Amino acid sequence: MNHDEPKVPTEPNESESSQAALGAPMSASVVAPLTDAAIHTPPEVAVAEGDVRRVREEEVETYVGGRSLWRSAWRRLLKNKLAVFGLLVVAIVTISSLVGPSLLKRTTGMTPDYIPGDAALIKSFPPFQAPDGSFSWTHPMGTDRQGRDLLARVLQGGQISLMVGFIATLMSLLIGVSYGAVAGYLGGRVDNLMMRLVDVLYAIPYIILVIVLLAMFKDQTPRGQLILLFVALGSVSWLTMARIVRGQVLSLKNQEFVLAARAVGVSTPRIIFRHIVPNTLGPVIVYATLTIPSVMLAEAFLSFLGFGVQPPLASWGSLVTDGIQNIGIFPWQLIFPGVTMALTLFSLNFLSDGLRDALDPRTRKF
Amino acid sequence: MTTSNDNVLEVRDLRTYFHTEDGTVKAVDGISFDLKRGETLGIVGESGSGKSVTNLSIIRLVPSPPGQIVSGEVKFGGQDVLKLSEAEVRRIRGRRIAMVFQDPMSSLNPFMKISRQLMETTQLHLGHTKAQAREHAIKMLDMVGIPEARERLDSYPHEFSGGMRQRVMIAMALSCEPELLIADEPTTALDVTIQAQILELIKTLKRVTGTSVILISHDLGVVAGMTDQLIVMYAGKVFEQAPTRDLFANPGNPYTRGLLRSVPDPTDEQGKLYQIPGQPPDVAHLPPGCPFAPRCERAEEICHRDFPPFVQLAAQHFSLCHFANEVYAESQAESKRA
Repeated sequence: MNHDEPKVPTEPNESESSQAALGAPMSASVVAPLTDAAIHTPPEVAVAEGDVRRVREEEVETYVGGRSLWRSAWRRLLKNKLAVFGLLVVAIVTISSLVGPSLLKRTTGMTPDYIPGDAALIKSFPPFQAPDGSFSWTHPMGTDRQGRDLLARVLQGGQISLMVGFIATLMSLLIGVSYGAVAGYLGGRVDNLMMRLVDVLYAIPYIILVIVLLAMFKDQTPRGQLILLFVALGSVSWLTMARIVRGQVLSLKNQEFVLAARAVGVSTPRIIFRHIVPNTLGPVIVYATLTIPSVMLAEAFLSFLGFGVQPPLASWGSLVTDGIQNIGIFPWQLIFPGVTMALTLFSLNFLSDGLRDALDPRTRKF
Repeated sequence: MTTSNDNVLEVRDLRTYFHTEDGTVKAVDGISFDLKRGETLGIVGESGSGKSVTNLSIIRLVPSPPGQIVSGEVKFGGQDVLKLSEAEVRRIRGRRIAMVFQDPMSSLNPFMKISRQLMETTQLHLGHTKAQAREHAIKMLDMVGIPEARERLDSYPHEFSGGMRQRVMIAMALSCEPELLIADEPTTALDVTIQAQILELIKTLKRVTGTSVILISHDLGVVAGMTDQLIVMYAGKVFEQAPTRDLFANPGNPYTRGLLRSVPDPTDEQGKLYQIPGQPPDVAHLPPGCPFAPRCERAEEICHRDFPPFVQLAAQHFSLCHFANEVYAESQAESKRA
């Protein structure tokens, strides 16, 4: 078929001209237009259709991607199934941690720190069981060693774990971005001095920092200790961010738009924070979403070691610690907080991977 | 008194050096010129000849370190820019001296809306409120010929084509009605039709606003129709300085003659393109004599040995060459014959 098609249009033309030359115009004029039309129309239609389709695609492309860089990044993110899954899980966990405890108090009457009064009872129940062994909605995740509702504690632990993650990330955004941007833009000796300070802070293990802080401010309430934890994790989490932003700024500051801004008379702080920092946002967002799980993990680790969140407050890390002690008898005490934490961390990592792909045009898949 | 009123800009013996590991690069080595109100000065030269550095030096934007303005005087409106404080220079930048850069693709901030970039200038220098600045920005976009300025004001740079972006840059540069506009190869990154449009735009706006212009280019065709005065630079030195008409008619320097000959002539169909032999010199390691001598057709022994004098050929015509007078005479003879 393919071999025949290109030949056909030429043949009628040839026959037309040869027949016309031979003095047989009648048959030629009847045959030629018919074959011409029959042969020429299909490819024309096909080309036109293809063209139209292509134009439409381009229109959609420019319409969606044209408005802003963020919108096209968002669209690319939505194409990534894992990232969407991560986004959904993170959203669900966040929302249920925020509203869950109060909702739970209203429905089952359980609060994270409610310990049933009767000390003689076996206190830890498996999921969906009442003290007498019958089915019950009161403790969907069972209870912990002291009879506290595990669901309430997991939700409240989520509050603290997420808060640790977000606050430390916020610190790393505020301190890290401005510190790195200033160092990178000013360059030279200032840069050298500022980054050596970062190196020094890097060299201090954060566990030691936390232990020192806890030792310095002894006899804290659980809440006070929580704040210490925030301070300790926040004060180390900005270091990598500062390095990343500095690297970005180093390459951005030689771009022509910075020179153009300077030529317009824009002041240095304004150039750094209004002109350059927004250009670093892509990597910054990606790294920030990577910081959240790593800080949460660090918090869990500290709580695991006993330096972190103290009862009656709970975090996922401290719940896992409690669960591990009774893993043989009451496995749900480990499984529920552990799975929740792992799922959230996974999801955050999927999300940050997706964000990196969406925001970085080089790894973009078309 | 009259001279300082007439001249927007007086540059005297400006020297800007870059201290690199490879030695001191004399990017600009003793350039002097006056620019009258409403006039256009063209600076022509190959890449690395110091054109851009000259202009960055004028508004003190030379990256430092490694750059350093070693000596000289840049009198703008009666005061020496090089002696001002950083804050004072900032008040001049954008307000009284504006710049348009070579690559419109990279000289607009990709993360800022056009509106914010345009408004920033006037809010900064003219004390406009947001609403005023917005109206002014629309007016400026209109002036540089961007259709539907009001609707397009909130676009991002990537939604504009190269030519449109350069128009935006020009709008930005002119929004405070500066006394001096420095256009650093404003059309190099654009294609030829857009190039003509942009040049025409600069010309028109210059007439309307009365701004003086310094136009940097490596393209003699661009500066020919645009400028009143021309400076030809090579290896950081001024090789020839003359009124444009005179320089094109009677070049007094072998390098200028070479440049003029290397402009392709569309009427000469099969003609070979002329090119100046050799490469631009390594400015960090210049020979003792004339920096152009190794590439010069008529170089003699003296050219390789001694640095050439800056010869005055006519009232405003200067050339840096041992044989300036001879070259000038040849050119005059040629142009008479033609």
